[in-house]
Amino acid sequence: MLKIDGLSVSYGSRRVLHNVSLEVNSGEVVALIGPNGAGKSTLVRAASGVIPVENGSMRTNGSDLLSLPPMMRARHLAVVPQAASMPPAFTVWETVLLGRTPYLNFLGQVSSKDEEIARRALSRVDALDLSERRVGELSGGEQQRVLLARALAQSTPILLMDEPTAHLDLQHQVALMVMAQELAHNDHLAVLVALHDLNLAARYADRLALLVSGEVKAQGTARQVLGPETIAAAYGLPVEVIPHPFAEDVPLVLPSGRPTGHS
Amino acid sequence: MRRLSPYLSSFCILLFAILLSIAVGTVFIPPADLWRVLTGQPPQTVEQAAVIVLTLRLPRTALVLLTGAALGASGAAYQGVFRNPLADPYLIGAASGAGLGAVLAMSVQWPYTTAGLLAVPAAAFIGALAAVFLVYLLGRVGKTVPTTNLILAGVAFSAFASALTSYLMLRSTGELRRAIAWLLGGSAQAGWEPVLAVLPFLVLGLVGLLLSGHTLNVLQFGDDQASQMGLPVARARTLILLAASLATASAVAFSGIIGFIGLIVPHLMRLWFGADYRRLLSLSLVGGAAALLLADVLARLVMAPQELPVGIVTALAGAPFFLWALRRAKNQGYW
Repeated sequence: MLKIDGLSVSYGSRRVLHNVSLEVNSGEVVALIGPNGAGKSTLVRAASGVIPVENGSMRTNGSDLLSLPPMMRARHLAVVPQAASMPPAFTVWETVLLGRTPYLNFLGQVSSKDEEIARRALSRVDALDLSERRVGELSGGEQQRVLLARALAQSTPILLMDEPTAHLDLQHQVALMVMAQELAHNDHLAVLVALHDLNLAARYADRLALLVSGEVKAQGTARQVLGPETIAAAYGLPVEVIPHPFAEDVPLVLPSGRPTGHS
Repeated sequence: MRRLSPYLSSFCILLFAILLSIAVGTVFIPPADLWRVLTGQPPQTVEQAAVIVLTLRLPRTALVLLTGAALGASGAAYQGVFRNPLADPYLIGAASGAGLGAVLAMSVQWPYTTAGLLAVPAAAFIGALAAVFLVYLLGRVGKTVPTTNLILAGVAFSAFASALTSYLMLRSTGELRRAIAWLLGGSAQAGWEPVLAVLPFLVLGLVGLLLSGHTLNVLQFGDDQASQMGLPVARARTLILLAASLATASAVAFSGIIGFIGLIVPHLMRLWFGADYRRLLSLSLVGGAAALLLADVLARLVMAPQELPVGIVTALAGAPFFLWALRRAKNQGYW
């Protein structure tokens, strides 16, 4: 599990995350939602140690993630970044095998166990047949699966995903979210997904956290978080929330007017 | 090319280049004589050949080989660290920085003691590092170093450093001739002395580079992802730049400024054998040695019996290649 407590981050004098507290338990998917610039990506970057944290703590089963060296941190927590950021000349196999980096010496010598783990990660995302292909030749959906496989090869109990559905079509969006769900429910990972699509979040996440201007404004089940007033205020857009026609307890958020101004 | 064993084929080319470099020159050594000298057979019939091979051709071949290896491997490393397929010790200013440092040290006219002999490579090393650091800062936009910025910054710095170097050379007196020949990339210095002097620095730099293949692979994903994959990014990058600049500087300190080897060789190796830096670094090392040896042979033949500085040959062949690579990089977005 991942326990973020009172996390604050600033870019220069501008504070972009303010006292953020958030828990992601093993076996659950938590969706991080919020308007552009709310700090979703910043939270992912801060949590993975890429940018320095001003205040607060991040713990997992007793160890303090922020004070760990990168290699040790990468054994606890893996990140699936936004798409289209992979060196195109590597093959899929080379890319996924590099997910084993936190366990390798500086020469990067892999054992047959590392190869076995990489192979399992690839087959987990249904991409074993892509092994020999170059990353640059893949479609957006395939690239996203490769990034997920690389993160899985890190064998971490915590998985952070930064808007993994951003460039995907409907089928691939759903496929990716179903996979995130399986990873949490079957493999007991703690999965935190930053998402733009509120309905995808409502349908596939176990809990939601709403981030607005760097602060957590609401967290809980989809029904608790996706109230019409809360969402309207957060996004500056009047919305209608109706029950999902096929899924129980899942609200559906529909825009119902023009934006009310910049939020 | 992918079907051939990359190592076997590049070693064969290297071997061919070495033999050619020993055999060809003002006096051609026929293969039979060459074989006798190299296997240490009685030299009655080939006395002259033995002298030429052992005192002139062999040390020169060794120096050119080492220089080419250093340029090829450090070119691959610079390309990897900057994530830019057009980086090269020459284009990003490392070579001219090293040149400026070296000329600065020569103009002080250190006495010929050990410290005096070491001053030139040491100053070259500092010059190369300062140049890389400066060009990187100048060319950086946020967290990336776009190709155009990097090359523009490198060209601007190189022009500045070359001007300073010329100024220093015009002011100085005694070492002038040596410095000019040196600056054009002529490995005219004979004997084993420069080879032995350059060896420790070069070996240190090259070993450092050969060990950093995996790190460079991870760095290709960008700072954020590399750090998320567990790499201490800043430290890793610094170490690789140190090793690459050490290799470049020791090559420049003894062979002068030779451009484009560090660009062409890693580029072709990547094209033929893939992007894995563990393989790319060693292949660029071997390929760089072979390429510079062949260029040096050409430099001896073109105006024979006079010699052309090898830097002219590599630039004549390299600049058009650079333009082709630039077009290619532009068309493909990346490499």
